[in-house]
Amino acid sequence: MNSRGIMKAMIAVYLGIFFTYLFGPLLVMGVTAFNTPTYPQAFPFQTFTTHWFADLLGDRDMMEGLWNSIIIGLGVICLAVPVGLAAAIVMTQVYWRARSLYYLVVVSPVLTPGVILGISTVIFWKDFTEATGTKQIEILGMDFGLYSGIFLSIIGQSTFICAYCMLVFLSRLQRFDRAQEEAALDLGASFPQVFWHILLPFLRPAIFSSAILAFLSSFENYNTTTFAILANKTLVTVLAGRVRQGTTPALSALAVIIVGISLIGAIAYEVLRRREDRIAAQRAKVAREAERDGMAAVPQAA
Amino acid sequence: MLKTIIILLPFVLIAVFWAMAARERRLANDPSRKSFFERNGAVISTYLLVAVGFWAIMMIVLPQLYMVDYSFHPKLPPSERGGPKDVYTLANYKFFLFGPQIGNEVTWNTTHIRAFFLTIGASMFVTFVNFCLCYPLAFYLAQVATAQRLRLLMMALIVPFWVNEILRAFALRIMLGTSGLINNALIALGVIGEPIDFLGLDIGLYVGLSYAYLLMMIFPLYNAIESLDKNQIEAARDLGAPWWHIHLFVVMPFAKPGIASGCTMVFMLSAGALAAPLFLGGPNSLWFTPIVYDRFFQAFNWPQGAAYAFILLLACIFFVLAVMKVFKVGLGEITR
Repeated sequence: MNSRGIMKAMIAVYLGIFFTYLFGPLLVMGVTAFNTPTYPQAFPFQTFTTHWFADLLGDRDMMEGLWNSIIIGLGVICLAVPVGLAAAIVMTQVYWRARSLYYLVVVSPVLTPGVILGISTVIFWKDFTEATGTKQIEILGMDFGLYSGIFLSIIGQSTFICAYCMLVFLSRLQRFDRAQEEAALDLGASFPQVFWHILLPFLRPAIFSSAILAFLSSFENYNTTTFAILANKTLVTVLAGRVRQGTTPALSALAVIIVGISLIGAIAYEVLRRREDRIAAQRAKVAREAERDGMAAVPQAA
Repeated sequence: MLKTIIILLPFVLIAVFWAMAARERRLANDPSRKSFFERNGAVISTYLLVAVGFWAIMMIVLPQLYMVDYSFHPKLPPSERGGPKDVYTLANYKFFLFGPQIGNEVTWNTTHIRAFFLTIGASMFVTFVNFCLCYPLAFYLAQVATAQRLRLLMMALIVPFWVNEILRAFALRIMLGTSGLINNALIALGVIGEPIDFLGLDIGLYVGLSYAYLLMMIFPLYNAIESLDKNQIEAARDLGAPWWHIHLFVVMPFAKPGIASGCTMVFMLSAGALAAPLFLGGPNSLWFTPIVYDRFFQAFNWPQGAAYAFILLLACIFFVLAVMKVFKVGLGEITR
């Protein structure tokens, strides 16, 4: 009994250390955002100030970067979610001998360092746009050329975010009951009808959660973006430049804002996923009970 | 010429598989099986093929092949590209091994080679440390914790996971700087007289890498251990196995795919990390990715940068293959 007590105490200490390590730096950074000294300091805490936040709003580079980040994030959602969905569906239908090769190709971006994805994207699209003459496309005096930081960032980030989305869809598809599809087909539905009226509604929660995942991954990405963005900037690349120059509490203030946004996104993502799990569990329970009751109603064969 | 072959290669491969699939279907002679187009209808088939084709070919395969091709070319101004000077060369790889050659003496490019092996070695070290840190927590979450506590701890783990990599590096810099919190605390306590330069000693870098990718280790481990039947542990305990036997011979073999997956992710992310070495590395430390970065943005030598990137990619592929071999797991289990 005594050894169990020691064990419990050890676990508590270990958990304490682990979570201090995980949260400590972030909390300290949060505190420095509200403290007055120009070198970010949490202790001694002098006076409470929101001065550093005001500094941020006046920072034109950051605001421009933020705007670009949002555009890129939305672009990534528009590209990565449909592609991830298609890739997951193809995975369930692909000719079995090609499946392992297909899997290797589409999953490789997850295992490739982000720097390399960025570099290869830039090199390829530079040549491609030169060869096809799409480097600069002028429409109404505005440049919509494909060789631009925003477009390349969307492409470069999507390379691996598509794979994330595909994995989300695949795990949802694993729970798809083939009987539903067969029932629909037996009742005379065509395959496209099954796709629109059965498969897509079933995948809807996964579409939402993969969209949030795509946006967050895009928003916080640095390794790929720093190459793909070319001469343009996103919030994260501006941030990286500032951190290299030196540390000021304005960065802590920015961190507090970004952490806040990420938190809202992360919590929304989790809540969605949880609710989906709960609904699935409930449905399974109802089905089990119905089955049991149904079995009970059937007279036992003698 | 070679570029044309590179561009055609993926299409040829797809055509071969298509032909094989068609042949297989004819041989099976099963009228109830339908072809891809019959099955999905024209609109959806087109969507699936265009989306997957664009991703796999234009975003994954061709850029990678292009990068490799590019790395075998010399650095040329745009006007001379495709001209007589644009020949295949090993110069960029030679530079990695020998550096700029002055005179006839053969010298090794020690700075870059050392940085490369340091990156690989240190990434392995970080991977190992993270495994040791995370395994107890993963086991606790998966097998010991009550459902309510599990939910709370999971949430607590997921939240910092979404904080940007650069901000995490920045947070550690505030903690570890010469006038940072830890130094101030140690001086106030009288443990040390002079502040320790954690960043200059590279301690900051290693802490930063471990800190950034902690969670990439936790979740695969947790997923793997969670599905282990508690009865197996009970049985081992009843048969008198000491606790470390249980972990070494029951839990770890069972969690092998999770361990492989976590290790691969952490290794790959640390070897390819850019933020932590840039912001936490000391002035003397050389990580490989910032060197690649400098090839592009300071030396403006893109082919050489591509060559360096390819060397890094090869190292990562090699590591993934080695892990798959050692742990005897498939690619599907690693990326789950």
